[in-house]
Amino acid sequence: MTAPAALVQLTPPRRSIELQIDGEAVSAPEGTTIFDACRQRGNVLPTLCYLETLHPVNACRVCVVEVENSRVLVPSCSRKVEAGMVVHTDTPRVRHSRKMVLEFLASSVDLSTTPHVSEWLADYACHPERFGPPAPPAAAGVRDAAHAGHHAAPDPEYAATVHQPTKLDNELYVRDYRKCILCYKCVEACGTDYQNTFAIAVAGRGFDARISTEFSIPLPGSACVYCGNCIAVCPTGALMFSSEHDRRAAGTWDESRQAVVDTICPYCGVGCTLSLHVQDNEIVKVTSPFDVSITRGNLCIKGRFGWQYVQERPGAGSGRGQRNGVPRGAGDQGDGESGRVGKGGGNGRDATSPADSPLGKRAPG
Amino acid sequence: MDLRFSLAHATDAERSAVDACLGPPTSRWDGGERVGTEESRTASSGHAARARRDLLLPALQAAQRRVGWISEGALTYICERLDVPPAEAYGVATFYSLLSMTPRPRRVLHVCDDIVCQCRGATAMIAELERAAGPPLGHGPHADHVVLDPDAPQWIRSPCLGLCDQAPAALLQVAGETPTDKLFGATTAAELQAVLRGDDRIPERAHPTVPQAGAPTLRLLSRMGVVDPMSLDGYRSTGGYLGLRRAFEIGPTGVIREVLDAKLLGRGGAAFPTGKKWDAVARQPTRPHYLICNADESEPGTFKDRALMEGDPFALVEAMTIAAYATGCAHGYIYIRGEYPLAIERIEHAIGQARLRGLLGEHVMGQEFQFDLEVRRGGGAYICGEETALFNSIEGFRGEPRNKPPFPVDFGLFAKPTVVNNVETLVNVPWIARDGGAAFAAIGTAQSAGTKLFCLCGCIERPGVYEVPFGATLRDLITMAGGVRGGRPLRTVLVGGAAGLFVRPDELDIPLTFEGTRAAQATLGSGVIMAVDDTIDIRALLVRIAAFFRDESCGQCVPCRVGTVRQEEALHRITLRRMRGSVADELALLGEIGLGMKDASICGLGQTAYSAIESAINRLHLFEDAVAP
Repeated sequence: MTAPAALVQLTPPRRSIELQIDGEAVSAPEGTTIFDACRQRGNVLPTLCYLETLHPVNACRVCVVEVENSRVLVPSCSRKVEAGMVVHTDTPRVRHSRKMVLEFLASSVDLSTTPHVSEWLADYACHPERFGPPAPPAAAGVRDAAHAGHHAAPDPEYAATVHQPTKLDNELYVRDYRKCILCYKCVEACGTDYQNTFAIAVAGRGFDARISTEFSIPLPGSACVYCGNCIAVCPTGALMFSSEHDRRAAGTWDESRQAVVDTICPYCGVGCTLSLHVQDNEIVKVTSPFDVSITRGNLCIKGRFGWQYVQERPGAGSGRGQRNGVPRGAGDQGDGESGRVGKGGGNGRDATSPADSPLGKRAPG
Repeated sequence: MDLRFSLAHATDAERSAVDACLGPPTSRWDGGERVGTEESRTASSGHAARARRDLLLPALQAAQRRVGWISEGALTYICERLDVPPAEAYGVATFYSLLSMTPRPRRVLHVCDDIVCQCRGATAMIAELERAAGPPLGHGPHADHVVLDPDAPQWIRSPCLGLCDQAPAALLQVAGETPTDKLFGATTAAELQAVLRGDDRIPERAHPTVPQAGAPTLRLLSRMGVVDPMSLDGYRSTGGYLGLRRAFEIGPTGVIREVLDAKLLGRGGAAFPTGKKWDAVARQPTRPHYLICNADESEPGTFKDRALMEGDPFALVEAMTIAAYATGCAHGYIYIRGEYPLAIERIEHAIGQARLRGLLGEHVMGQEFQFDLEVRRGGGAYICGEETALFNSIEGFRGEPRNKPPFPVDFGLFAKPTVVNNVETLVNVPWIARDGGAAFAAIGTAQSAGTKLFCLCGCIERPGVYEVPFGATLRDLITMAGGVRGGRPLRTVLVGGAAGLFVRPDELDIPLTFEGTRAAQATLGSGVIMAVDDTIDIRALLVRIAAFFRDESCGQCVPCRVGTVRQEEALHRITLRRMRGSVADELALLGEIGLGMKDASICGLGQTAYSAIESAINRLHLFEDAVAP
């Protein structure tokens, strides 16, 4: 990911702050976070909940560092540098906390599609299995119904997990909350940081906290506009394109065979950059670079999902009953799907009925 | 905002309860009927509706208290009224244990099974209740119990209700047009069954237990049990409002100087110098400033703030008026935990009386000083006692702590400079304003000035709130309270509550001062002194403490959200003798979990969630017999 230095500087120049990081004198502009000051020295601290395009929530606590004279460790992603600060990024105390946090997550959440995490687990000598074998998945809806307060006594055989069936309630993306680490990024992207749609929020409390719509209703009944900006910021693959989810389930997802091609979205005049992820000459998902100042990684439903028309070919699946060439239902473990997309408005139509699109008849490039 | 609402409708009862809280809707844009034709083309009241976001929790509580739970229709109506996204309101509502998003009967009895009540026989009492009245209302992820009959009363297990001087305790909530909340103390299974059945003859326990009532040496408790808490005249005839009068004479900076001279330290647990905090806010150019009294006393074993609010409510109102005058606040909040119905009633009454007599309002005591107070009721969340979580709770967001810095004196409630003080801290203020800081600091020790309230509870002969000058030892306090119940041998004392520590019977000479407890690697915490005798299963207490933190973690940061679960699991395995490896392995694992929570959690909850358990392991050597082969 490129640093936001590529963005146009609109603020006045800032004072320089002198501090010490890992024994070396460092100067950083006022307002820089410890995380950025470290990164500028080439020391990229591990983090899961931080993304430069969102407000830091400092919830994952993977990026903690030791600051002298601070009683507890501080989150480097949100703490700003201060003059005279003495920071240590790799002390035994820091390493212990990172190890525990990574073990806590790896023992309760499915991190199989989280980038970098296997290296970190090895780096910090994590043994998440020492808390016990992971508890079997909860039945659908059980975690969604958890009430704040008293809970059942733990089962001494297992380590509690957030495992549960994948939520498959629309054709465009899946919500697999067994992979959710509650980094709050999707809520921020859906809320005031970008989309202002507020379809999802954190509900419940403690270990029963979860990302949820109101009354955990399925997405088609919610305020979701399928912009997919939550998928773009999800660090663990809990939110995933159906096209990716289905291919992974079918065993045909192969990033080594994928090319990423940048282009400009053809739909409107904003001109968002699209990064098309192409495998076997088929678009399998669409992202947008975070460092392009037009939308900073955000798209709308059309740019994110409205690309089937590019690959409509005679003889290929019609799109009905199939998702991007993969038979519907492959890998589904939930309660089936509603088959409904969007709220029946024009936006939804673009995504599901490519033939209706003004560009729908164009031959693939 | 372009919000999407459910088509579910609120019932008339729900609608009227919400309207009673928010006022009637003025237009279609805040949930009312369309007025005229212009309204279909203009939207003008969105900002006004959103500016009342802080009324979200009161509105949710109104619906809950009217029908016993929050239906989809009620939530939708509240969201329409306040222009709040339904997903966010759902997130807020599901944060609080006293609110239910699934149907509940109108009559619900919350029965405390926490540590102090366990010391007073709650475990057997609850078992008996369960045999007679059936299992508690489905709770937690493993019981999706849905109640359809609103008239079939149910009971629920509850964390500490703050009625530890009269344990075992229970709280009855009856939803309806005039909702009632009643606390029952020193109760029995038979009595609770009668309460459940709807027997209204069971007496609500009357007053806080103040064994020292009437003693001439008391400062904070001087009016307790002596002066009618409902009478402003009674308050004024016993020195009330002399502190505020003198405050007006010496001016705001004079008040702050007196508080600095008094060396008053915060009594909520953190022991921060109150004068410094006030000075920092008073100097802030940003306006408005806010004053908050943190009365969300939820630390298991703590009941001193409830006692003060129930027994001497005007003292808190006067104290807040003085604090507001010193720090330049025009508006104050008292955030009282929802489980304290009598305290809420008395404080609201005191505020009403003070308004009538010109002691609150536009010209307090005829001076050019405006100040008013508002009571906010907690929703059943220990974490909201953390000051920044409390801000979020008042503002209508989930009660999740904020990262510090920035600190409340710079960036607090509604992002404005804010003073937050505990009830006990504030109640010292009228005395300081009246008699001066130097006189205040004349008693106590050099570093801990004045007197301190202690909550004596557990296996003790005369439980209650005790006031002593700083410097008294643990032994002094236990002796004052009549020693261990029935003269039994003392096994341990929990000092400071669930976030405090267990100390051994040979450590009773620890002076109960901020510096004395620090030197003994303990903490005063919220002033809990819970005696435990040889009849009590200390391991069961530890398991309950671990369960408490697991229940009360807000879930925001990983170390606390998962660490409290892993801690409870490990303790549970040890007590069931189903260890992974040896006991020593499990204790080592607990130590690692505890250190991770202490170092990396956002707030004090996670940072102290291991402290009592650690002290039981390292000070009491509780598991030593189990470690030996």
